Amino acid sequence: MAMKFRTLKRHFKEGLKNSWRNSWMTLASVAAVTTTLILVAVFLALVLNLNYIASGLEEDVQIKVLVDQTANEEEIEELGEALDGLDNVESVVFSSRDEELQDLMTSMGEQGEAWGLFEQDNPLNDAFVVTAEEPQDTVAIADVIIEDFDYVDRVNYGQDVVQNLFTFNNYARIVGAVLIVALVFTAIFLISNTIKITIIARRKEIEIMKLVGATNWFIRWPFFVEGLLLGILGSILPIAVLFTGYYYIDQNMGAVNQFDFIQLLPFTPFVWQLAGLILLIGAVIGVWGSVMSVRKFLKV
Amino acid sequence: MIEMQQVKKTYPNGVTALNGIDINIDPGEFVYLVGQSGAGKSTFIKLIFREEMASSGQIRVNNKDLLEMKWRDVPLLRREIGVVYQDFKLLPKMTVYENVAFALEVVEESPRQIRKRVMEVLDQVGLKNKARFIPDELSGGEQQRVAIARAMANYPKLLIADEPTGNLDPDTSWEIMKILEEINGTGTTIIMATHSKEIVNTIKRRVIAIEGGLIVRDQHRGEYGYEV
Ligand SMILES: Nc1ncnc2c1ncn2[C@@H]1O[C@H](COP(=O)(O)OP(=O)(O)O)[C@@H](O)[C@H]1O
Ligand SMILES: [Mg+2]
Repeated sequence: MAMKFRTLKRHFKEGLKNSWRNSWMTLASVAAVTTTLILVAVFLALVLNLNYIASGLEEDVQIKVLVDQTANEEEIEELGEALDGLDNVESVVFSSRDEELQDLMTSMGEQGEAWGLFEQDNPLNDAFVVTAEEPQDTVAIADVIIEDFDYVDRVNYGQDVVQNLFTFNNYARIVGAVLIVALVFTAIFLISNTIKITIIARRKEIEIMKLVGATNWFIRWPFFVEGLLLGILGSILPIAVLFTGYYYIDQNMGAVNQFDFIQLLPFTPFVWQLAGLILLIGAVIGVWGSVMSVRKFLKV
Repeated sequence: MIEMQQVKKTYPNGVTALNGIDINIDPGEFVYLVGQSGAGKSTFIKLIFREEMASSGQIRVNNKDLLEMKWRDVPLLRREIGVVYQDFKLLPKMTVYENVAFALEVVEESPRQIRKRVMEVLDQVGLKNKARFIPDELSGGEQQRVAIARAMANYPKLLIADEPTGNLDPDTSWEIMKILEEINGTGTTIIMATHSKEIVNTIKRRVIAIEGGLIVRDQHRGEYGYEV
């Protein structure tokens, strides 16, 4: 469908004129798209970052198998061999209770020195550090160790953090998706209504266009443009919010000491990509809304 | 120019408006379509530029088969046909100039060509000096002349008019007829549905009378033939 530039210009002018003419409906639709897209932006930024953080932590996940203090050396050795024999296990490293105490003291810095008191009477367990071949197998392997192995006191694998993060993220994803789908449809509905009003206001014009031999596409185009315009206008504020909001959080995250280990997705390119996606969703919502109206109310 | 064979039209509500029409209209002819209200004149006209589609039979206009025609080719057919209605169908917020230019814009004429052609056709209907008026500032006859100018803008080979003088007083009607005759004089085929006995009996042309969806009379230089 080759179109002359002049004609394209005409369609855009008409589309703009249409939006301007029923400015209240235009405003309502733009507001609906804006609300929707702000939520989409916040939600996507949250979910994608949680995912990113979770998989970052997940890669570090090792299973620490704390050996029962009643186990003798032979039994400890047996356990080590059994662990080595497990499927999907990459490595098993023994760490004696003294090494454990040293690690603890170094990791705690100055406060750790207090633990020096325990050097005589170390309360820690000997441990095996088990690394899974694939991070996502961690939980399954840990379960097997707890269930099937003797001489195991406890198993630690940071399951709380990682697991909770993933669970939270899954819920967030479902709730967010439902909310967003509902909002997207509301926005589409409002846009299609706005365009319906334009079509009705221009009934006579459309009728005459048909009489004098305008093609159906020629008649439809301005309404697509109108929808597109509503969608794009609606994505401006969300994109601005995204840029300033993410910039602010990104700047302040580093300043808060406790979160030093949490890495957010880097501003560039993440925010740009997300902004592009928001713009795209806005445009799709707009065009979809107009397609619905044009199909229903413009029997060309 | 127009060939119809056994054309029938039944509307979705079950009304059969045309019930087997056979007709040939040659290029350059001037044809009156007469008949009582509800006889099927408007339906006949609508079939010609595919505002409605025949239920059965054969229609050829400008050598195009209207029943075989694809949807996307309908606009091309309409560009070869000018239409004029009783109620003018002008856009009230546009000037006379814009109303005529509109017909050329939608077929993607170049701006230069549009300017030239609009003034040409407005001249043809004697409204060059009222190009900047809006329809409300014109008399009924003048509005109909704008509609004729618009219909002629695309150089149609065929002009169809559904009771073009139906809303006009006798004097104004004659003005319109004069313009239509001039257009016909340049070779454009004209088909005009009318209830005006006076016009049909004065400007003698071919008369096709429709009654109950059938052609009951087809006369060259015919008479109106109904009492009004
Ligand atoms: N769109 C339509 N739907 C249903 N019936 C129609 C429609 N248009 C016309 N008719 C019916 O078809 C018959 C012919 O109408 P029409 O062609 O308008 O006659 P005329 O123009 O001679 O008055 C009438 O009975 C009319 O009621
Ligand atoms: Mg009629």
